[in-house]
Amino acid sequence: MKVLVPVKRVVDYNVKIRVKPDNSGVDLSNVKMSVNPFCEIAIEEAVRLKEAGTATEVVAVTVGSSASQEQLRTCLALGADRAVLIETDADAQPLGIAKALKALQEKEGAELVIFGKQSIDGDNSQTGQMFAALTGMPQGTFASEVKIADGRIDVTREIDGGLQTVSLKLPAVVTTDLRLNEPRYASLPNIMKAKKKPLDVVTPDELGVDLTPSVEVLSVEPPAERQAGIKVESVEELVDKLKNEAKVIS
Amino acid sequence: MDYRLSEEQQAIVEMARRFTADEITPFAGEWDEQHVYPRETIRKAGDLGFGAIYLEESAGGIGLGRLEATLIMEAMAYGCPSTSALISIHNMASWMIARFGSDALGRRFLPKLTSMEQIASYCLTEPGSGSDAASLKTRAVRDGDHYVLNGAKAFISGAGENEIYVCMVRTGEDGHKGISAFVVEKDTPGLSFGTNERKLGWHSQPTAMVLFDDARIPVENLIGSEGDGFRIAMAGLDGGRLNIGACSLGGAQRCLDEALGYVKERRQFGRAISEFQNTQFMLADMATELEAARALLRMAALKVTEDAPDKTRFAAMAKLKATDAGFRIVNDALQLHGGYGYLMDYPVERFLRDLRVHQILEGTNQVMRMIVGRDLLA
Repeated sequence: MKVLVPVKRVVDYNVKIRVKPDNSGVDLSNVKMSVNPFCEIAIEEAVRLKEAGTATEVVAVTVGSSASQEQLRTCLALGADRAVLIETDADAQPLGIAKALKALQEKEGAELVIFGKQSIDGDNSQTGQMFAALTGMPQGTFASEVKIADGRIDVTREIDGGLQTVSLKLPAVVTTDLRLNEPRYASLPNIMKAKKKPLDVVTPDELGVDLTPSVEVLSVEPPAERQAGIKVESVEELVDKLKNEAKVIS
Repeated sequence: MDYRLSEEQQAIVEMARRFTADEITPFAGEWDEQHVYPRETIRKAGDLGFGAIYLEESAGGIGLGRLEATLIMEAMAYGCPSTSALISIHNMASWMIARFGSDALGRRFLPKLTSMEQIASYCLTEPGSGSDAASLKTRAVRDGDHYVLNGAKAFISGAGENEIYVCMVRTGEDGHKGISAFVVEKDTPGLSFGTNERKLGWHSQPTAMVLFDDARIPVENLIGSEGDGFRIAMAGLDGGRLNIGACSLGGAQRCLDEALGYVKERRQFGRAISEFQNTQFMLADMATELEAARALLRMAALKVTEDAPDKTRFAAMAKLKATDAGFRIVNDALQLHGGYGYLMDYPVERFLRDLRVHQILEGTNQVMRMIVGRDLLA
């Protein structure tokens, strides 16, 4: 069974991001970039399926600039067998990415496609679902556990108030929640091996897809700065303020 | 030469930093305070390949260069210099077995050393022989299929806990030509350990004497030939010095980062102390010193990897610079923290205590100057 894992290059989760002065977006100059943490969980799950003998090949793919090769190498070091970069300098958006991945899936014919449930930059949580809709494959989103048997995959989903288990017929789409697994570290030997693994580059043109954005970003604003607090003189004053100013108690 | 790290080296740094942030940094304060030897963490480091970084692949190592080793040591020292240094010593001692020992010797000991199921100590210093290492007195006498060892080694990191001891012992004449290197196993009859030394820093690893009282080891445990010991001991030290220097860089970087955070928060005279020019100048000097030391260390690491003729001088210069600058940077970071820096509630004082010994071990910084001076005038 071949597993396709689409991943995304994002600002590292440790970086304190800054909005550009003209509010056109987040300043990405000199900022550390990483594999989106949810995508890393997706890679880990695929690699575990391979180690368990369920999967035969793990293919990591991303849509982005040539700099994204760095993140694909990370995926290879984590255990993916090969990688594909769909190279574009365009500001690709979920629908365009889903179309590009669909075109790739038509060539790859993976039986399982594992996405991260969302990326920590845009927080869209759309690509996996759009891909499933475009390909007509069944989807199990926000997975906290997956079990594969007899041509089906049972996906335990984290939903409000509890867990839901859905059973999908393969080929299928899964998106990973935080608790699906804990990704490993890439060991030194695996980092060394990664550079010898194949990394193919294709263009959207070759796949016959158009990545022109369909959504226009008008403005990006940082969250309002937290105002300094005040000191109150007595418990009575505190209760009064909580009741009448903050209105958090009644 | 290109001073930037390759993509692969960046990936190694990235992984080592992550491992450190998850597995070392949150616990290092406790290891220091409670004197915990973190075997489990070291074992995890072994799984990642940190136990045999520059051992050749044929010996079960990773086959990386010295630069990569320093990158890993620097990254781990950001969390705990003492634990990073211990892993450095292990790499050095294991490398000696791999590089100079017979294949049979390697097959016996290396598999468990490269995985860090077992940890190796390096035993050169004696109570009466420190900087003058070639005057060591511990003696091995051949007796049939065995050597019988008598004497004592001092200041041995990991003593009493580690399984393997790479020991420099006299088998012949006085001076450096009469020294041989041996692998001694922890359970060797006649081998014992002194009490754990009480020391200023490096609390995440034990330090004790290693005592030989008619300790019998098989002749196969000789590394190389009789008389090779001093050469082996010195060959290992070039890499050891780079790594100790790297441990100082990592500790200094951590304290610089701590100071940067603190001065923005600490307010005096109605403003953050980061707004005072004195603070800015101190930070600027710290950062400049750190980058300069790092550049020299990486240059030296490339020379040791390439076996350049001036590698020993460069390794000595790099160790001297990195450990002296590292200590000063940590000391300045402590100063910027004021009285709080002196408290164990902040991590800086731990780094100060840990980094102080880097100016003494793997050859004191006075010995480093001796090596550099002699080489310049040779």
